[in-house]
Amino acid sequence: MTMLIETAPAPKAPLWTRLPVVHQLRQSVGLQRGMLVVGLVITGVFILTAIFAPLLAPYGYSQLRDDSGPFGAQRAPGGEHLLGTTVGGYDVLSRVIWGSQTAITVMVIAIVLSIFAGVALGLVSGYFGGWLDRVLVVICDAVYAFPALLLAIVMGIVISGGRSDLWGGIFAAAISITVVFIPQYFRVIRAETVRIKAEAYVESARVLGASNGRIMFRHVLRNATRTLPLIFTLNASEALLTLAGLGFIGFGIEPSSAAEWGYDLNKSLSDVTSGIWWTSLFPGLAIVLIVLGITLVGESLNDLADPRLRSRRAPGKTTAGVAGTSVVPGGTLNAGPGGIDGLEASSPASDQHPNDDPFEAK
Amino acid sequence: MSTVALKPSAPTGGRASKKKTSQGGGIGRYLLIRFLLIIPTIFILVTMVFWLMRATGDPITAALGGRLAPEQLAERIHEAGYDRPILVQYFEYLGQIFTGNFGTTISTNRPVSEILLTYGSATAELVFYALLVALIVGIPLGMVAAYWRDKAPDAFLRVFAILCYATPVFFAGLLLKLVFAVWLKVLPVAGRATTGSELEMGFLPNKTGIYTIDALQTGNPAIFVDVLAHAVLPALALGLLTAGVFLRLVRTNVIGTLGTDYVDAARSRGVNELRLVSKHAYRPALIPIITVIGLQIALLLGGAVLTETTFEWKGLGFILIEFIKARDFVAVQGIVALLAVIVALSNFIVDIIAALIDPRVRY
Repeated sequence: MTMLIETAPAPKAPLWTRLPVVHQLRQSVGLQRGMLVVGLVITGVFILTAIFAPLLAPYGYSQLRDDSGPFGAQRAPGGEHLLGTTVGGYDVLSRVIWGSQTAITVMVIAIVLSIFAGVALGLVSGYFGGWLDRVLVVICDAVYAFPALLLAIVMGIVISGGRSDLWGGIFAAAISITVVFIPQYFRVIRAETVRIKAEAYVESARVLGASNGRIMFRHVLRNATRTLPLIFTLNASEALLTLAGLGFIGFGIEPSSAAEWGYDLNKSLSDVTSGIWWTSLFPGLAIVLIVLGITLVGESLNDLADPRLRSRRAPGKTTAGVAGTSVVPGGTLNAGPGGIDGLEASSPASDQHPNDDPFEAK
Repeated sequence: MSTVALKPSAPTGGRASKKKTSQGGGIGRYLLIRFLLIIPTIFILVTMVFWLMRATGDPITAALGGRLAPEQLAERIHEAGYDRPILVQYFEYLGQIFTGNFGTTISTNRPVSEILLTYGSATAELVFYALLVALIVGIPLGMVAAYWRDKAPDAFLRVFAILCYATPVFFAGLLLKLVFAVWLKVLPVAGRATTGSELEMGFLPNKTGIYTIDALQTGNPAIFVDVLAHAVLPALALGLLTAGVFLRLVRTNVIGTLGTDYVDAARSRGVNELRLVSKHAYRPALIPIITVIGLQIALLLGGAVLTETTFEWKGLGFILIEFIKARDFVAVQGIVALLAVIVALSNFIVDIIAALIDPRVRY
């Protein structure tokens, strides 16, 4: 398929963009495909930048001087410093490039942690029900309703007391963000678990004498994770914004341990008043671009998963049939590390309930 | 963002519905249940904040540690009662909050409730203006995008919506400041009013703290204009953040209703297209929007913290950051608890409005 070639710009993309996205790319048409491709390209560029930051950045993130002496503060873009220097005397371009490393690290840690915690809680809560379920639901509802940034601030105070070194800072930020996201995964997985629990194949597994653990992980979890890729592309961008927000109000990582865009923006606050634009513009643009890229991907996936929003091919071209246009059959979205291939070879998910597609049922 | 993907299922509402159908209660009963449900929400949030903050140690050591001799520190801790068992302190705190007493700040030695009143009005004003901007920008543009679905205006507006969301509110604020305040010099850089106006408003016998109202009370149009001019940039920065959410929401829902039979019927009767979109298709799409406004309040309050810092808008967020810097955790705890109450209450109000508009919501 020619569409496979279009994913080439993001070959190093982490797990979630690998195989499921190929499927969505083939499924999408016109504008939606355009948005998805643009999103993938932007995200890919940032991931590559993060990986190759040591090669790309002209200076270190905490470098204040080179052989010819100190950089000097607030120097205008041009010459040795392509994007100028900050009020603290750092090179703006280098900080922007290194910043992508921090941002992506925090994002990945935060999302992995919240998926594990949220999925585990949701699964247990939905599967066993009872008082534990009720308590967890009320707690998660309360946390969900709370302003994410405030919660992250409170967590930031608890974890680091506000300031810390590289990994301390990264983990403090990541865990603060995790706490905010757990309720979202919890809700989704719990709702799915409650639904799947009543399915015939779960009943039959129980009749066959499968243990609770086996039913939960092999039967329920496999089928409950369908919507996860959507949530986590959406969450990825939220995680980045929360990190930037935390950095901006002073919970950032110290400039000597890592580059963080939010922190740089905070320091540029006073520059703006005196008309110095380069210290705020570039880190800000970096945040906007990476969030834009990830959001475009998430948005497109979201639209493609919703038949009401999915653009359709012109009638003449519709040859794919249901299997080609629906997200769910074949279990594309719940494909694990094995991806589609793994599922098609021996997929308990698709074998057990071929009709478990809410869209088809309508 | 997440509101699009996750429709809160309100599992607790499910339990309420069982009770309701069995007894056939009306809207009064629904409202009562909703009202009772905000109590556990507030309780959980306040509890969580208390234990989390206390996990860092006692507030006095945090604020004054290193600045006082150990004996003095111990004395202060004893005076404030922080050396008692933490459970005792917790129940005392709950009791205090119940009576509206949020404690006394350590750094400035003022009652937290007084601070909440002084700065809360500023935040309320900012959030109100921002919501106004969001609705004015988001709703009509959402209708436009839905009408020209998948055409150029739609593509443009959707990217605009994502940009609104992708731009951190403080970066938007910085850019607006740079362009309109520093380069064009048409709007003030920061603050809520010029010192002159603030002084004059300070003499008012019954000032509200909401500058728009206070400015009107002075009867001086110059002050009113001054106050409004100060509000423009912060409201835009914070409002655009939410405008994108409304735009997308209106778009999605109007697309849904535009495809319905009654819209086709109206079109065949010759209803003009503008009316078709803005009345027929838009009205039923309104309910999810109202529900989402409730969730947006939380987002706006979070955004307000950042906006206020960017524009030195002396509201709760601004003062919250000051207190965090001073490591005054009693004050932080009080402000966060109050915001939790506000969020819970605004969700409740939104539930009521949604129920009044659409009877189907009530069960």
